[in-house]
Amino acid sequence: MQLRLHIWRQAGPSAEGMLKTYDIGNVSEHMSFLEMLDVLNEELMLKGEEPVAFDHDCREGICGTCGMVINGRPHGPASRTTACQLHMRSFKDGDEIYIEPWRASAFPVVKDLVVDRTSLDRIIQKGGFVSVNTGNALDGNTLPVSKIDADLAMDAASCIGCGACVAACPNASAMLFTAAKIGHLGMLPQGQAERSTRAMRMVLHMDAEGFGGCSNQYECEAACPKGISVDWIARMNRDFVKSSVVGRE
Amino acid sequence: MQLNSNVPDGPLESKWDDYKAHLKLVNPANKRKYHVIVVGTGLAGASAAASLAELGYKVTAFTYHDSPRRAHSIAAQGGINAAKNYQNDGDSVYRLFYDTVKGGDFRAREANVYRLAQVSVNIIDQCVAQGVPFAREYGGYLANRSFGGAQVSRTFYARGQTGQQLLLGAYQALERQIGLGSVKMHCKNEMLDLVIVDGRARGIVSRDLVTGAISTHMADAVLMCTGGYGNVFYLSTNAKACNVTAAFRAYKRGAAFGNPCYTQIHPTCIPVSGDYQSKLTLMSESLRNDGRIWVPKQKGDTRPPDQIPEGERDYYLERKYPSYGNLSPRDIASRAAKEACDAGRGVGPGGKGVYLDFADAIERLGIEVVRDRYSNLFEMYERITGEDPYKVPMRIYPAVHYTMGGLWVDYDLMSSIPGLFVLGEANFSDHGANRLGASALMQGLADGYFVVPYTLGGYLAKGGFDKVSAEGPEAKAARVASQEKVQRLLAIKGKRTPASFHRELGKIMWDYCGMARNEAGLKKALELIPALRAEFWSNLSIPGTGEELNQTLEHALRVADFMEFAELMCLDALHRNESAGGHFREEYQTEDGEALRNDEDFCYVAAWEYAGESTRPILHKEPLTFESVELATRSYK
Repeated sequence: MQLRLHIWRQAGPSAEGMLKTYDIGNVSEHMSFLEMLDVLNEELMLKGEEPVAFDHDCREGICGTCGMVINGRPHGPASRTTACQLHMRSFKDGDEIYIEPWRASAFPVVKDLVVDRTSLDRIIQKGGFVSVNTGNALDGNTLPVSKIDADLAMDAASCIGCGACVAACPNASAMLFTAAKIGHLGMLPQGQAERSTRAMRMVLHMDAEGFGGCSNQYECEAACPKGISVDWIARMNRDFVKSSVVGRE
Repeated sequence: MQLNSNVPDGPLESKWDDYKAHLKLVNPANKRKYHVIVVGTGLAGASAAASLAELGYKVTAFTYHDSPRRAHSIAAQGGINAAKNYQNDGDSVYRLFYDTVKGGDFRAREANVYRLAQVSVNIIDQCVAQGVPFAREYGGYLANRSFGGAQVSRTFYARGQTGQQLLLGAYQALERQIGLGSVKMHCKNEMLDLVIVDGRARGIVSRDLVTGAISTHMADAVLMCTGGYGNVFYLSTNAKACNVTAAFRAYKRGAAFGNPCYTQIHPTCIPVSGDYQSKLTLMSESLRNDGRIWVPKQKGDTRPPDQIPEGERDYYLERKYPSYGNLSPRDIASRAAKEACDAGRGVGPGGKGVYLDFADAIERLGIEVVRDRYSNLFEMYERITGEDPYKVPMRIYPAVHYTMGGLWVDYDLMSSIPGLFVLGEANFSDHGANRLGASALMQGLADGYFVVPYTLGGYLAKGGFDKVSAEGPEAKAARVASQEKVQRLLAIKGKRTPASFHRELGKIMWDYCGMARNEAGLKKALELIPALRAEFWSNLSIPGTGEELNQTLEHALRVADFMEFAELMCLDALHRNESAGGHFREEYQTEDGEALRNDEDFCYVAAWEYAGESTRPILHKEPLTFESVELATRSYK
């Protein structure tokens, strides 16, 4: 198929960006979206032009490296699908496709479609862990965890940290990301000792990084390639309020 | 070069405990005076960096990703082995050790593997304590599943995302240390060279991928946890950025490279669909618990699968290996698939595929149970191929997946360069010529959580570390060499992209050094590779500059090292006149097509020493002696 692409080009963090238009032919429906961009980049390079910079790595939907807004939707039109797992059979001959980076002040653009998401790591640093040094552990079966709780924890833990929730949110909030980690650890007995301080510190740091608040649009859940539920945000809010009232920090 | 494995004396079962008990220690107050560099923050690197920081060492870590959570360990699907015997089915440390040695076709170092099996149980405990959401039974206890090459159920898992959950556990432990200020983390920074001062590894040269700045970082020891080199084949299940550069640079600085020809071809991957293909996707081995592999009995049978009656199907793994059946080890299952396709019985476009069929499982267990076990894998398959595996059998074909070879290390995981430790897939030690499923996660975490925190302490406690500076002559020379290399690549201004060279190199390697190898083919590859390399250095084109984010330049730097490394792999494959595990030489097979080992002449680790640009590397042999197991022909029949 033949496509017209409008791609955000920006030389560096402080440079001005703009959409540039490229025509591409011979796109097979079996190609992944990123393979289509690979083909475009090879063509650009042979013409002596700079290829489009975009982040990607595993190309199987689990590392969370890739991320771009495709026709206004983070990771594109297919639900529960990362950009790398989106295939061209989701498009048809003659389509025009707009490709832009994640837009959020906490995710500054590095170049073209590449953004800096280290703010998410810094949220984790404030409490997204269980403080257990190597060697401390008891036998794994000394602490039974109900299958239901373990499965729910796993639902939350399947977040890949791609940042699509932030890109989808009109307030550029990282609530779903933060809530997923607080929820994962809070569902498990191992996470109880730090449950209160974790919620307080992570939420405050989320604000400090410049992410916005939640106004219940639920765009995050719709954009999440792993289908993480907004219920986790409600749970995080409970932990946060409880921590504000009874917390000792 | 003198290679000494430093395996301690004494009975196999007590070697590690005795050795740990007598290792020299660094006083807690002195630990913060020692500085350790960790390169790569996947399972091995993140677990090591976190554990060392917890002990009190000063740690600086590097990754080329934008976050340590992106490392390719994250993509491991199936699980992690541990000799817990929670299932009461006869598992033990010895049995896990024996299965691993046998699975590796008796080409691994016995004492290392035994230690791996011993600490496997601690890994599960540690990960549970971190909050890794392993699958549970209804009673709340940990669940297990079976994997290839074993007759017990010892694999722990978190849906089809075990690698992700284990990596996030290690990542969170690492982020905690970063937050506490005990680890300094450099993201988007790629190691380009190793700095050696007075014969010891004392630092690295790295390139900041965002600014292009090349700088030197000094320390008392360097840990390389930089993964495998499967991308030398271009198409593999590895992530796009996986590369050999760090390991190959260390090799050129004097670290011996062990068994580079041992590569694992995974039997269950989604077949190639076109020339634009950028990577291959694995379908977890766990699918073989319930899926049945078959091809039509008739050559060139193009009927759709549902129209081929039961009697005209060949369930070749069940037929050839009745006791392991569809759960035969990876090397065996891969070769059997290739054999079926080479005989013209393959399915799908180009005949490069076999069926992995769940119809029987759905009938036996019900669709809900199958969905519960494998839904994420089925969805991924459908997303990529557009076909629904609940209705049509999956089509699969073998693909490059893992490299058992890597930098040679001794019992301490130290390479032949003192002070350079190598962990995880980047070293050669535990999997011999073939790795069993669910053992990579185990090894990466064993090395990082439970081995190197002890052995590194033993090395540092010996002392004698003079102060080194990033402006010292060795550090400066290494930095300038890296800067010049970047400039040389940018100055070629030819006509071909790094990707086109990479693709061509990968084809040579797949054709002549892939699933089956022979003398003539390997010799041909050894002619083709230098010619391609010469073209690379005269006709490469890289737009942009070295002082910015330049992904084409990053790729070119990696391909430049693959171009040299590929030759070493072929040399190793050519010299090993036997078939063992993932290394199958067509000249050496039994009458029924099984790998034919030659223990008399090849029961050793081939450790290659770099000898200069145009000189053949020097082969050193570390003999493998087995005290507790008897060398046997592997049989899964």
